[in-house]
Amino acid sequence: MILGHLAVLSIVFFFFGALIIPLVSRLGGWVPHAVAVATSAIVFVINATNLGYVLSQGTIRYALGGWQPPIGIELVLDPLSSFFVLLLAGIAVVVLWHSRYPAAAELPGRTAPFYSATLLMLGAFSGIVLTGDLFNLYVFLEIAALAGYALLGGGSARAAVATFRYLIFGTVGASFYLLGVGLIYLGTGTLNMADLSAIMAVTGVEPLLVIGFVFIITGVGLKMALFPLHLWLPDVYASAVSSSTALIAPLGTKVAAYILIRILYFVLNPDLSRFQLPFTQVLGILGAAGIIWGSIMAIAQKDMKRMLAYSSVAQIGYIALGIGLGNTYGFIGAVLHTLNHACMKACLFLVSGNLMAAGRSQSIDELDHSLRKSMPWTSLSFTIAALSMIGLPPTAGFFSKWYLLLGSIENSAWIYVLVIVASSLLNAVYFFRVIERLYLPRGEAATEEAPVVVADNRLSLVAPVVFLAVLLVVLGLGNVVVVRQLIQPMLPAGF
Amino acid sequence: MNVPQVYASSAPLWAVLASLFAVPAILACTRVPNLREACTLIAAVAKLAIVLTLVPDALNGRAAAIELLEISPGISLALKADALGVFFALIASALWIVTSVYSIGYMRGNGEKKQTRFYASFALSLASTIGIAFSANLLTFLLFYELLTLATYPLVVHKESPAAVRAGRMYLAYALTAGLVFLAGTGWVYMATGTLDFKAGGMLASSGLDANSLRVLFCLFMVGVGVKSGIMPLHSWLPAAMVAPTPVSALLHAVAVVKSGVFGILRVVGFIFGPELMALARLDLILAIFCGSTILLASLIALRQDNLKRRLAYSTVGHLSYIGLGAALLTTTGFMGSTLHLAAHALMKITLFFCAGAIYVHTHKTEISQLDGLGRAMPWTFGAFGIGALGLAGLPPLNGFVSKFYLCLGALDAGQTTILAIYLISGLLNASYFFPIVVRAFLIRDLKNEKYGEASVWVVAPLCLTAALAVAFGIFPDLIAPIFTLAEIIAAEIMQLAPS
Repeated sequence: MILGHLAVLSIVFFFFGALIIPLVSRLGGWVPHAVAVATSAIVFVINATNLGYVLSQGTIRYALGGWQPPIGIELVLDPLSSFFVLLLAGIAVVVLWHSRYPAAAELPGRTAPFYSATLLMLGAFSGIVLTGDLFNLYVFLEIAALAGYALLGGGSARAAVATFRYLIFGTVGASFYLLGVGLIYLGTGTLNMADLSAIMAVTGVEPLLVIGFVFIITGVGLKMALFPLHLWLPDVYASAVSSSTALIAPLGTKVAAYILIRILYFVLNPDLSRFQLPFTQVLGILGAAGIIWGSIMAIAQKDMKRMLAYSSVAQIGYIALGIGLGNTYGFIGAVLHTLNHACMKACLFLVSGNLMAAGRSQSIDELDHSLRKSMPWTSLSFTIAALSMIGLPPTAGFFSKWYLLLGSIENSAWIYVLVIVASSLLNAVYFFRVIERLYLPRGEAATEEAPVVVADNRLSLVAPVVFLAVLLVVLGLGNVVVVRQLIQPMLPAGF
Repeated sequence: MNVPQVYASSAPLWAVLASLFAVPAILACTRVPNLREACTLIAAVAKLAIVLTLVPDALNGRAAAIELLEISPGISLALKADALGVFFALIASALWIVTSVYSIGYMRGNGEKKQTRFYASFALSLASTIGIAFSANLLTFLLFYELLTLATYPLVVHKESPAAVRAGRMYLAYALTAGLVFLAGTGWVYMATGTLDFKAGGMLASSGLDANSLRVLFCLFMVGVGVKSGIMPLHSWLPAAMVAPTPVSALLHAVAVVKSGVFGILRVVGFIFGPELMALARLDLILAIFCGSTILLASLIALRQDNLKRRLAYSTVGHLSYIGLGAALLTTTGFMGSTLHLAAHALMKITLFFCAGAIYVHTHKTEISQLDGLGRAMPWTFGAFGIGALGLAGLPPLNGFVSKFYLCLGALDAGQTTILAIYLISGLLNASYFFPIVVRAFLIRDLKNEKYGEASVWVVAPLCLTAALAVAFGIFPDLIAPIFTLAEIIAAEIMQLAPS
């Protein structure tokens, strides 16, 4: 019975969790956290099953409420969407597990709304990924955005200001998207993605539709923080509560990247968006520019979270570059990098959360080598995640760059090869600066060592970070399994 | 054709793992220094024993190979113990034992801090080095190559002084850039040929790349391996890295790390491009120009260094390019000379560094101008130093003579009198920057210095052993280990000759 409804279960569970948290939060301070982790874990298990089913049996199409598409809303579980839901549920489990103490410390008395908004946002993310309907996607986009504003804005006064900016940007982005959907509806009379695709195969893509898609891509680009539409991102990430950042930084932009992949390679005919319209070329160029710009700006930052935020701009550039390459290696690189970057960024932001929990400043200048004694596991995990961000073997980051490199060479896009090489070096500059601070004393003076207070003492703070760091090595050495089993089945037609 | 017969065996993997497993053991024994050093020594002996089991097969043209997991579709993490790999692994693992003994004397004698980190990084470096030696394809090579960079970084910054931190940054900047450029070359080769497996005689022969693409690709690879092998202008990190403890300078900056770079040159020349393509696209000229000028310039700079370790470092830069220049000759004798010099320079330079370390740990003297009369106080140390210096200048009956003889033969075979002249001039320059040290130590008297005795037996015994080996290999190149025969096999393999 319930197996017939597998597609919708992720959304239902997340939304149900979001609703139940305010009700059960009176049972004790720990309950919202437990509900949130349990919900994410259940969704993770469901989607692991889903992914297995989809890979062996093929795509599941689910008509919501029994209304048949193209009139009704359709959810689509194919290898691409199940992979992304699984990814976001997985990251959610780890980050929410970690959030117990940081959230309670940074949002005293407000953990119930925090977890409720978190689950609402995760449900909306799942909706964005699963839906097969352009307008329904807009609805989920707005739910996610509203929940996201609440999560990011609830902290310091600076966070509120930054989030207000984000709200303006986000609304503009959503409006662009909606405008595009409107134009497409005007041109074809349908909102269902599969239907739209079928209609365009017959009628061709007239200028009206092209304009519609340009609006959609611009709107999504804004949500994704694609260079030069990234301006909202650093402030928001740097000033928000650490658990919010740790959740939204790895996931929020990835969901937008998913929409791009879906629109460019599944709704549109891949040959069209690759060879006839300049969509992918523009995306590739913006991606490359974002990689360099984000990396340079990251070097200039003094605050760890701002540095990581700019590094996100650069890493989103990698994903855009991979999508923009429009060949098999580029696609593999882009999808693999969404997975890898989600794990790396989650790990790094959790480390920054651990620093905050230990009463440490986020200023890179104030980090010192006492951390190698007081937070050995956190420091080590940071190092591994940083090596992965730089792209050194055998960590995961190396292999996504490897595929992107192969894709660039296949297109004879030597400038992209140069960008990938140069950005790795820039990454090395700003990450080794931190690693040096963590492990080496500064100047000759620092000879006598202060008594060490071990701050790596809570399992829920240390275990998720270490888990992600180990995962990065496992994902690196086992990347072929991911590529063969998960990514190759999702390759669009014509690749 | 002389294609080694490949058979499945996990021995190459165990050779890598022997020191990799030592890392957690060393970390676990941090509170019991004697046990910790025992871990290092056991791992070193085990590693050499495993490598030794691979030698007979390499002599018979058989290569043990093992494919581990796939790391990119169609490309495995694969190890293969061919003759060149066994040759390099043999040198690195044998000298690791000697260096380990020496390290114990040096680190304890000097009261160094963070010894656990030192020994653990050392073991990891050796695991990476053997991984490089046995890599069967470019991606595996690159993986261990980058791992080596990371493993040696803690050793370079060991002292944690501002100078050490600066040297560490410089090292990373050079080595990581090189690794990335190498990565770009690797990706290009893969897209051009669809394979990354090393092949004696060159894997690019059927790639259809035109001469200009080949030149660019060759330059990418040369930057990739050129940094670790100190080809000018990519050498500056090496003198700066002399701030590391002397055992590090001795094994890593004279043997493991820099020789990985030179080993990379031999792989690139002999197994990626191959002699035919090298000659066709005039790639040998590019290599020869850079290596030739490095030899002369480095020797000239060495003349002006007063710091002993820096002088040795510049001498290393010069001698590494001997090997690259030998490979650029593209003759059988040239390749033989290159491989032999890889071994010969390793033995002699490690001796010289051991001496420099013994002097430092015993007398805390680092400058050459302070060494007056020390030879009388430390006869064994300076005796060994003299042997190493004579060997590097290429005098018989030392092993440096044998390798240099073959390098010169190679130059003659190739009809390159300029290169011959470079080797001969460099020999004179070597003599002129090494002999004054020996002369100063033995012939100039300084009573203040003569009160010192010989350094501790832990540091003197290893350096005497390596000096004795340098003599032994000079007289009987094949007696203790079949270095000479292996070099012959390697050269024949690269030149695609029938085994003699």
